[in-house]
Amino acid sequence: MEKFDPTGKSESSEGRSDGFLAKHFSKFIEINKKYAKPQIKMTPMVRIALLGLRIYLIVLVLVLVYKFFTLIRI
Amino acid sequence: MNYLSRFYYQYRRVIKAIQLYLLIAGPGLIVMIADNDAGGITTYAATGAKFGYALIWFLVLLGPVAYYVQEMTVRLGAVTKHGHAEAIFAAFGPFWGWFSLIDLSLVNWLTLITEFIGMTAALSIFNIPPIITVIIVIGIMMFMVIQGRYWTWEKLAMFFCLLNLVYIPAAFMVHPSVGSILQMGIIPNFPGGLTAVLVFFLMANIGTTIAPWMIFFQQSAVVDKGMGKKDIPWGKLDTVLGAVFTVVVAIFIVIVTGTVLYGMEIESAAQASTAMMGTYPLVGTLLAIGLFDAGLLGAICISLASSWAFGEVFGWAHSLNNRIREAPWFYAYYFFAIITAGLVVLIPNAPLVLITLFVQVIAVTLLPAALVFLILLLNNEEIMGEYRNTKVQNVVSIAIVIGIISLSTLYAFSVLFPEIFV
Repeated sequence: MEKFDPTGKSESSEGRSDGFLAKHFSKFIEINKKYAKPQIKMTPMVRIALLGLRIYLIVLVLVLVYKFFTLIRI
Repeated sequence: MNYLSRFYYQYRRVIKAIQLYLLIAGPGLIVMIADNDAGGITTYAATGAKFGYALIWFLVLLGPVAYYVQEMTVRLGAVTKHGHAEAIFAAFGPFWGWFSLIDLSLVNWLTLITEFIGMTAALSIFNIPPIITVIIVIGIMMFMVIQGRYWTWEKLAMFFCLLNLVYIPAAFMVHPSVGSILQMGIIPNFPGGLTAVLVFFLMANIGTTIAPWMIFFQQSAVVDKGMGKKDIPWGKLDTVLGAVFTVVVAIFIVIVTGTVLYGMEIESAAQASTAMMGTYPLVGTLLAIGLFDAGLLGAICISLASSWAFGEVFGWAHSLNNRIREAPWFYAYYFFAIITAGLVVLIPNAPLVLITLFVQVIAVTLLPAALVFLILLLNNEEIMGEYRNTKVQNVVSIAIVIGIISLSTLYAFSVLFPEIFV
């Protein structure tokens, strides 16, 4: 008799899902590992530029989200 | 005799230089002329119709701006032998790498749709249904890459670049007043003052001059062509000539619409072409051919920019010198992008205007990042060595980048919140 699995996953189905994940995401993990250490020297200029970019993108995304919700409300 | 031999020596030198240039020519010319894509042609046509010749001086200024940005991609590609996507991953890590790659593929795919919109509109003037246009375009784009030779692809692309020059004879056919062009167009001026409408047009013209895909495309093309450090001067010359071509074409479009359609509200280049048909049928036809060609050239370059970027990052074979069986993923992505973009245009009542506006906004999320990365990479001595930016190059390129980022952001805001700019 099969044991009750509180997670809803049997061992075999978990194995299948690992296989699926490994098959489809291993390339992404490999790319992340390959480029994990940025080659560029983190000078103050580079740090400031990257920080500026992050702030710019966050503001832009917030504006886009605001626009999206105002459009939906209309 | 001495004079003759010296003349012959100089003649041979010039011929050799031209032959060498023709071998290297390609990426710079193609990217710059493809910059006048369907959206670009619409912007120039609308600018001419709205302000006549008055903003020609501004288009002249945009030539050096485009050159300064694109020239950096030549050096970066020739020195690192990496495309821009791979260079971002390697230099700044996976976060910025994935951001750039995903954003690029989204922006490029949406821009591809706008190219298809332009091409179907252009051929509908000749009563060709959109589905036939989409099939023709996909057929041409498949034929260009199926040969498995970069050289063949490049020469075919350059043929389409030549076709982009149809606006020059078109301008002569409408008999513009040269005196008026010189008087109104050469001296910098803001017709009617610095109004919101004028600022919107200035921003739109800048937006069409530098697009994110151009940076990725030219760097990857330089790498795929196999250009090295010794070819950098020729690559720069290629980019200069491309910048001159793109400005000349833009000016002649403004002259055509500024002469014939001055005072008309133009919303698309196809509309301008149709409006011309009544008075100048041949000019209208040339405008439609030019619009189709511009859309095709844009589509060719944009779809390749994405495929190259994915190929570089995922480690797929990603050269146009590879046959389809040698680089299946590279070509699969290329075909997937063009076929799906073409199909979107065929969907009845698809929100094509919304897509066109959305492209302008989304492009602004990628352009600053791509430009900032470009400058940071070009200033890194370990990567660039003696080819890094000089102080003068930095002052000019940083000023240009700040200007482009500010104005393109303003443009995106004007698209999102038009009520603020009224």
